[in-house]
Amino acid sequence: MEHQLRRETPLVEMQGVSKRFPGVLANQNVDLVLFPGEIHALLGENGAGKSTLMNILAGLYHPDEGTIRWRGKGVELDSPRAAFEVGIGMVHQHFMLVQPLTVAENVTLGLNDGRMILDLEAVAERIQLLGRRYKLRVDPNRPVWQLSVGEQQRVEILKLLYRDVELLILDEPTAVLTPQEAEELGETLRQMTAEGKAVVLITHKLDEVMRFSDRVTVLRDGRVASVVETSQTTKAELAHEMVGREVLFRLEREEVQTGSLILSLRNVHALNKKGLPALQGVSLDIRRGEILGIAGVAGNGQQSLAEVITGLRTVSEGQIWVGATEVTNQPPLTAIEAGVSYIPADRMGTGAVGTLSVADNLMMKSYRRPPLSNGQLLSFDAIRGYARYLMESFRIAAPSPETPVRLLSGGNLQKVILARELDAEHSLLIAAYPSRGLDVGATEMVRRHLLAQRRAGKAILLISEELDELLTLSDRIAVLYEGRIMGIFPAAEANIETLGLMMAGEAIGNQIDSLVKSNQQN
Amino acid sequence: MRLILEKRLDIDPRRTLAIRALALVLALVAGAILLLSVGVNPFATYWAMLVGALGDKSALGQTLLKAIPLMLTGLAVSVAFRMRFWNIGAEGQFAMGVFATSLVALFGPPALPWLPQALWLPLMMMASIVAGALWGLIPAALKAYRDVNEIIITLMLNYIAIGWLEYLFYGPWKNPEGFGFPGSAPFPPYTWLPMVAPDQLPRVHWGLIFALLATLILWFVMSRTRWGYEIRLLGENPNAARYAGISIVRNTLLIMVVSGGLAGLAGMVEIAGIAHRLQQGIMLGYGFTGIIVAWLARLNPWGVIGVAFALAVLLVGGNQIQISMGLPAAVALVLQGLLFFFVLGGDVFTQYRLRVVEEGKELA
Ligand SMILES: Nc1ncnc2c1ncn2[C@@H]1O[C@H](COP(=O)(O)OP(=O)(O)O)[C@@H](O)[C@H]1O
Ligand SMILES: [Mg+2]
Repeated sequence: MEHQLRRETPLVEMQGVSKRFPGVLANQNVDLVLFPGEIHALLGENGAGKSTLMNILAGLYHPDEGTIRWRGKGVELDSPRAAFEVGIGMVHQHFMLVQPLTVAENVTLGLNDGRMILDLEAVAERIQLLGRRYKLRVDPNRPVWQLSVGEQQRVEILKLLYRDVELLILDEPTAVLTPQEAEELGETLRQMTAEGKAVVLITHKLDEVMRFSDRVTVLRDGRVASVVETSQTTKAELAHEMVGREVLFRLEREEVQTGSLILSLRNVHALNKKGLPALQGVSLDIRRGEILGIAGVAGNGQQSLAEVITGLRTVSEGQIWVGATEVTNQPPLTAIEAGVSYIPADRMGTGAVGTLSVADNLMMKSYRRPPLSNGQLLSFDAIRGYARYLMESFRIAAPSPETPVRLLSGGNLQKVILARELDAEHSLLIAAYPSRGLDVGATEMVRRHLLAQRRAGKAILLISEELDELLTLSDRIAVLYEGRIMGIFPAAEANIETLGLMMAGEAIGNQIDSLVKSNQQN
Repeated sequence: MRLILEKRLDIDPRRTLAIRALALVLALVAGAILLLSVGVNPFATYWAMLVGALGDKSALGQTLLKAIPLMLTGLAVSVAFRMRFWNIGAEGQFAMGVFATSLVALFGPPALPWLPQALWLPLMMMASIVAGALWGLIPAALKAYRDVNEIIITLMLNYIAIGWLEYLFYGPWKNPEGFGFPGSAPFPPYTWLPMVAPDQLPRVHWGLIFALLATLILWFVMSRTRWGYEIRLLGENPNAARYAGISIVRNTLLIMVVSGGLAGLAGMVEIAGIAHRLQQGIMLGYGFTGIIVAWLARLNPWGVIGVAFALAVLLVGGNQIQISMGLPAAVALVLQGLLFFFVLGGDVFTQYRLRVVEEGKELA
């Protein structure tokens, strides 16, 4: 297959592409060649410049230097429309759909086919046809707001297929998908490449790279670190290329003596945003020096669990204690003052303010006390110094403390949140999907910090969808299903099959026993 | 060939200023064409406007007099907008400030004749601030506790407040010695706001000092204090603010106390500084114009002062050309409209840039 690729004319040749943003060189003299019929993985740490490079190809950014050829001819891609017309389409990390409109309406939006009358029925028919051909199931007449994240992604892809793109760029498409959905996406992509289309797949998940792609380009600090055939490389080698050093997939977890009780929930019930039961009688305890992992398929009450403890959601029944403070239905400030730090799943929506600076975001939890403030007065010298200190100790790559955080890459944004929450005075850390969407280097860093927290005698509630992560880090694992805890047991005794069964809603006898036992111990 | 608007990656304050200046020039050019087409000399007209607004002591006084309420309502609106609380109700809060001021000035002294006369002005000030704040607290509480849209409530409350004033001076408060004209009895002279410098700036009252002080305080609070930071967080991302332990309810109420209080104070200085009685014509729409002021000033307190003054020049200058050039009032209005059109239209380019794209260009 590879040799066949070589002989064909490339679809795209990017040559010497550089792109500078205020304070950073996002791409530096990048060459990239894409052949028809290949799935090309683009790998790199957060902030390596992957999105920028692809945004250039999609006509969103203008390169400062370099040329782009399409089927051997130089092209000027100075708008997304120009890219479309050539045959390049991109699904962005953040979807760009109009929520109240239907799938069919979204697909035709912005389409300029010269006709005045919109024949939505014909559009719907064609969408269904495309859907069948590429295994992209979605009802063309449903409004987008009713769709799951996975379905919305299919709409984004359909939008591009409808425009007959030859090159499809997917920016971290699987970060938001369940493993099942990711597998289906893989099939869709294979169908496309079988027809001679090319795909660029940006992802952090090395497993997916190995499974789906034909070739891999690794970017590091905006430069091409290597280009290889997937069949000629290994996960460890790719990880090494990405971060420029050895990456440990397994971390040392030392024995830690657990201490006094920090968090305790008793029979907690709560409703979610839509007013449906989200938690139905949850009881759990976490002690000092202990990581309790919460396993479960997303949407089974994890979000509500984190929110009731932090005071962001009210409980309808039950009690929550943090140390000696009862935080049941108290405002968020009470939980903060009782020593709760929280790394939320929704980083931009809850954990950070995109338009404000790195310094402003770093001070969100500590601005109330000296040295950052004296009474009502903010001390800007102290704030700047504090930001510099955190940026240094957590190696946050940002041009300056004044840079708005919306300009940071995903990994650096997560570092900002992590730095703030770990530095705030706390006894309990709630970490919701802390490594979601992060590259291997950043993931390793997050996990190291969690273990360091455990060593420092903090109680940690770790919510994650990656069983690997839960099994490596946790002392005990609780499985959450439809707002109930199906069982709590020591991570050492857990095996992936029983975990999987319990996540699907099957309570298993002896696990219930161990739940009882562990509660008696406390 | 095609033109496209492209979002700018950075927003440069110097560019914003340059765009504003260019918009001003373009508005003047467009105005000149218009004036020429009706056979009027544009240079003479513009000159007459400038002279009319700034030409001598009394002109400058007139302009400052107009700028004072705009500064205060502009500040009132901008402070609420910073928290994304869309207070369209500065007009109503202004009216309630007028009401409270009149209430104290008309009925206070007869009721408590033993109180020192010097105390009445501070009391009127406090009353106006409290009244404006209370009027502002109604939409704030509805929003904070019941999530009711503040735009509709603040807008409707304007008409209630204005109607209430009219009822008073047409009805129960009408001066029996006023020869049937709608309006209250005049306030006692010791309740009039003193002038700042009667010789240098005729008629300009202490409201100017209040407005400048309020600006200084607001600037300081918004940029230098914990509360200012909290308001910024709340305005930019309320979810994150709540997550950081900041109370949305409490701050919504607080911000409207400040906003309504400032608008109420604007009402006080207007009536105690100029009219000295409650009468027809006290409500000139300063609360609404304050929205434009706040917006053009990008919610920046010092910007509010500048924009309010510039707007006052335009308003007073526009009035003056009716007198000095014999032009119809509509001409001044058209010039104002052109200016708003260009300045607000030009604002698009502070956030977007225009690019020329050659269709299907290939560089093979
Ligand atoms: N619009 C922008 N303005 C300024 N800097 C940016 C912008 N977009 C990206 N960057 C910076 O460019 C670098 C590369 O970012 P990006 O391409 O998003 O990385 P990746 O997608 O590989 O995580 C980062 O340092 C990021 O902060
Ligand atoms: Mg990216």
